[in-house]
Amino acid sequence: MSVRRSTVIFAWILLLPAALYVTVIVAYPLVDTFILSFTDASLKKTTKWVGTANYDKIFNATFAEVIVRTFVWTAFSVAIKMIIGTFGAVMLNAAVPGRALFRVLTMPPWIVPMAIGIFMWGWMYNGQFGMISGMLQNWGLVDGPVAFLAHGSTAFWATIITDVWIGVPLVTLYMLASMQAIPQDLYEAAWTDGAGRFYRFRRITLPLLVPSMITMSMLSLIATFNSFDIIWILTQGGPNGDTTTMIIDTYRTAIGSKKYGEGAARAVLICIFLSIFCIAYFRVTHRLASGESR
Amino acid sequence: MSQPAMINRYRWYELVGIYTGIFVFLTFILSPFVEGFLVSLKPLGLLFSSPYRFWPKNGSFEAYRSMWVSVPGFARYIFNSFFISIIVTTVVLALVVPAAYAFARFKFRGNGALLGAFLAVNMFSGAVLLIPLFRLMRSFGVLNTYFAMIVPGVAFLIPSAIWLLRTYMLRIPRELDEAAFVDGASHFYTLRRVILPIAMPGITVVAITTFIGSYAQQFIFALTFNSKTEYMPLPVGLFAYFGRQEVVWNELMAASFVGIAPAVIVIFFLQRYLVSGLTAGAVKQ
Repeated sequence: MSVRRSTVIFAWILLLPAALYVTVIVAYPLVDTFILSFTDASLKKTTKWVGTANYDKIFNATFAEVIVRTFVWTAFSVAIKMIIGTFGAVMLNAAVPGRALFRVLTMPPWIVPMAIGIFMWGWMYNGQFGMISGMLQNWGLVDGPVAFLAHGSTAFWATIITDVWIGVPLVTLYMLASMQAIPQDLYEAAWTDGAGRFYRFRRITLPLLVPSMITMSMLSLIATFNSFDIIWILTQGGPNGDTTTMIIDTYRTAIGSKKYGEGAARAVLICIFLSIFCIAYFRVTHRLASGESR
Repeated sequence: MSQPAMINRYRWYELVGIYTGIFVFLTFILSPFVEGFLVSLKPLGLLFSSPYRFWPKNGSFEAYRSMWVSVPGFARYIFNSFFISIIVTTVVLALVVPAAYAFARFKFRGNGALLGAFLAVNMFSGAVLLIPLFRLMRSFGVLNTYFAMIVPGVAFLIPSAIWLLRTYMLRIPRELDEAAFVDGASHFYTLRRVILPIAMPGITVVAITTFIGSYAQQFIFALTFNSKTEYMPLPVGLFAYFGRQEVVWNELMAASFVGIAPAVIVIFFLQRYLVSGLTAGAVKQ
């Protein structure tokens, strides 16, 4: 009995430093955000309890637009990431010469400093001299320069494409790993029965990939919802707020305008949405896991 | 004639289809780098001229020289990026190695819940917690120092590091611990002399991924918690410098490529470990 107790104590000693660290740097700020959202905290020394005033102020037409925009932005980004990423994984899973090299070439957008990749996209989107506008003009597809980041609708899509670009490598590698975890004898059995390549893909690969796809989409959803660097570097939420997502709006309010209280209220709303995603994630993965064991 | 060889034999049109698919996919992934590199070779006059030309005419590496002059802090930014990432990686490892071992080996009440709590940290980006973190850093008195970027940076890299290393340690046979324990070794001795040496490859992978993660994600904390030029990591340094004036694109791209170089070298040499390491944790779930 005493051995077990000493083991438990040892385990807790091992865990304590990391647990304390995360408590101070993540858990405490989380609680603090919640408390601040009910105050008028700002740069001035004193803070006053203001009840739900911050939340009352938030709920107006502009903010409703921000929420809807955030969800549309996130949904498109995740969907495109999943489609391109899975497509890439299927291609790279083929046993063709050179695939080891191709797999390495998939990784750069994810591994180089995010901001630097975004600078490159910033140049590509440049209207006067950038590659995309330049190519489109050279091919005669558009008449004049297109400044992608200067107009609301193109800026919206431009930020999505860049977000997709950064997110695709992870999706591809994850889906690739999932594909390789599929037992080879399934394919061999189907092959012996005369099933063609496409048939095997549709009837073996795709169905067995669905759980991984769902898991990845949920993880990607959380990361995309939190996406900050891309929009901030490319457009800072503009033009006219057309790329302002909830994260950008929170940053503007809290750090830009130093309205900590109002910013905190926005952050709390983000946390609520994230918690909903997370609960959904655990529910779905749990159901998938129990479905597999049946 | 083994079956797998037969099953993987492609017809010529299948090969064409696969290579076309890979080509299209990699074009999307790599075109910003290709374009960025070509831009870094173009003289500024050519850059700002129409019509657009993909290939540089009179290309030169001039921008790679001139940027050191026009971005005075450049060397410092790279040093800062490395310095911050090295400290972050060291602290993360110091916290995560014991924690991952505890999660992998010991059953105690609250084990699962605590692991879940750690993983939940991944849910929040730094942006959501910026306000209290700002106040926290201010009350620690570390705003505008390296610590302002290191301290929050560590927290958000802990979850995936714990997860990866725990998965790795679960694969180490439990008999090893038990044998050492029966021989009278203490828990701590077992960890240090038995587990750590065996877990070294896993720890290396975690160190690399943490370093890359830290090197890649130095933006929001550095942007918000530090305004001193001499402490800026590369991404924020470049962002601040080139945001201030008319963007000198060829120099920005040249600077970016020099900044990317360390990550690319790491990928080149360690990609085998990276792919297996990163996906092992993910798929086992």
